[in-house]
Amino acid sequence: MSALTFWPLAALAEMLGHPFMRHALLAGGAAALGSGAIGFIAFLRGQIFTADALGHAAFTGALAALVLGIDLRLGLYAGTLAVALGLGALDPRGHADDVVIGSVFAWILGLGVLFLALYAGTNNAGNGAAGPAILFGSIFGLSAGQTWLAVAGALAAILVLLAIARPLLFASLDATIAAAQGVPVRALGLIFLALIGAIVAVETQVIGALLALGLLAAPPFAAQRLVARPFAALLLSAVLALAAVWGGLTIAYAVPRLPPSFAIIALAAAIDLAVLLPAALRRWRRDRGTPAIRRVL
Amino acid sequence: MNGLLEIFSYHFMVNAFRAGTIVALAAAMIGWFAVLRRESFAAHTLAVASVPGAAGATLLGTSATGGGMLFCAIAALAIAAFPRGQSARGFSEEPAVIGVVQALALASGFLFVSLYHGLLTGTNALLFGNVLGIADTQVLVLVVVAIGALAALGAIARPLLFASIDPLVAAAHGVRVRLLSTFFLLLLGLAAAEASQIVGALLVFALLVLPAATAQRLTARPLTGLALSAALGLAATWLGLLLAYYTPYPASFYITTLAFAAFAATRWSRGVPPWRRHASTSQACEEVA
Repeated sequence: MSALTFWPLAALAEMLGHPFMRHALLAGGAAALGSGAIGFIAFLRGQIFTADALGHAAFTGALAALVLGIDLRLGLYAGTLAVALGLGALDPRGHADDVVIGSVFAWILGLGVLFLALYAGTNNAGNGAAGPAILFGSIFGLSAGQTWLAVAGALAAILVLLAIARPLLFASLDATIAAAQGVPVRALGLIFLALIGAIVAVETQVIGALLALGLLAAPPFAAQRLVARPFAALLLSAVLALAAVWGGLTIAYAVPRLPPSFAIIALAAAIDLAVLLPAALRRWRRDRGTPAIRRVL
Repeated sequence: MNGLLEIFSYHFMVNAFRAGTIVALAAAMIGWFAVLRRESFAAHTLAVASVPGAAGATLLGTSATGGGMLFCAIAALAIAAFPRGQSARGFSEEPAVIGVVQALALASGFLFVSLYHGLLTGTNALLFGNVLGIADTQVLVLVVVAIGALAALGAIARPLLFASIDPLVAAAHGVRVRLLSTFFLLLLGLAAAEASQIVGALLVFALLVLPAATAQRLTARPLTGLALSAALGLAATWLGLLLAYYTPYPASFYITTLAFAAFAATRWSRGVPPWRRHASTSQACEEVA
């Protein structure tokens, strides 16, 4: 009986006993809090697609750094910040058109392929795992230094977000009235784009450039369905992201064949589905009489 | 001149040109509608949804093409389940849904590849394609699917154009806007799945968005725009393949760069001024109605 009661605690202690697990939980937790909060405002502002483009810019930036032989993280941060500000400059209202984003985005991916090919041709390419590690993250392989860099990056992004949260939320919900009230809408838009860039760079080290989008999009979706007040929803979004990352890491630790990035994204998506379920059930009960084909059409 | 003909003495180059031509044509025309409907984010997501499909099918030992199509169709239906426009709280949920679908698709692809114990570079081939390694049967499949997709697009083109330009008026005229947008997403998904088997998820996206966006900058007329989009896609693909043959860099890089250069050029050229574009868009709408 006592063994059963203490089993979870003992397992937890064992899990936390591994330095790689502590690093993963720390870096992953910081990245999750940042991306849940920043993702919520990105969602309100309709900038999820921008976040996706920045995720791919992270990949291209990191590979460019590898080709040039400089530090990978430098390329990561430089790539996402440069593309974020570039997208901001393309549109005076701080909201680039989705066709412009898509076009820049497609070309960034093309550049990524070039750098991948160039890097594969260099002598320091090693076993060719750098591409997948950037694309899908290597959270169980974080060193102490990488962990602290990720935590510092995420904390800085969160602090800046908190500092500008009120006017930013105002500008996001109604840009015209905010501008009339003297809120610097344009500058806030640019700062926010840089924040998305920074958090994507942090996330790239944790769950990878291609999956960064998941943590920016999934928790806000669930949060805005559950809570109407913006600040409460922002907080809930950060907490849900944290739950997805810590839960996902625990699952991946328990089931070694599961890649941690997959467990995290799958859990985040499962939270969204669970939030949708009650409404879907209600709709199903209401429409039970009508044939399914009518409901789709 | 001699060197130019020499390319076609290699069978893999002939097949690359054949596949590239078909993919460029189908992607440019379907992409024209995707850009008009502001669905480039959905187009990208559907293009990458073929990655887990192909990887999962390889894991189960079945057809990678079939798996890719199945996953793209599922992703298209998942996106279509959340209607566009504003939710009750005043903002659109659609981008978040597309984002979750995309991240989940890529995460599943990563899972399947790592379960398969395949080489880690397998993901690179899925994402970035291998345009120089195309077999004759794949070209045949591409032709058949492209013709089918373009025929289906042709069949719904007029109501789809109407519904894309003004969904409210179209719905008032009895056009089934919701059904059309679901059908179009399915079409987009199937075309993207098919093409990404050959040229990679990335290149399909570039060919879907870049030529179409350029064409829409230059003309608002639907038929001229479709033709221009197809011509731009073809030009970028052929030139990109030629450049890739003579230099050590990948074809995908050249194709996306050429297509992006054309798009950027229209930004700094005068093109169609916004007010004229609006005028002709409403004209096109009246013609359709």
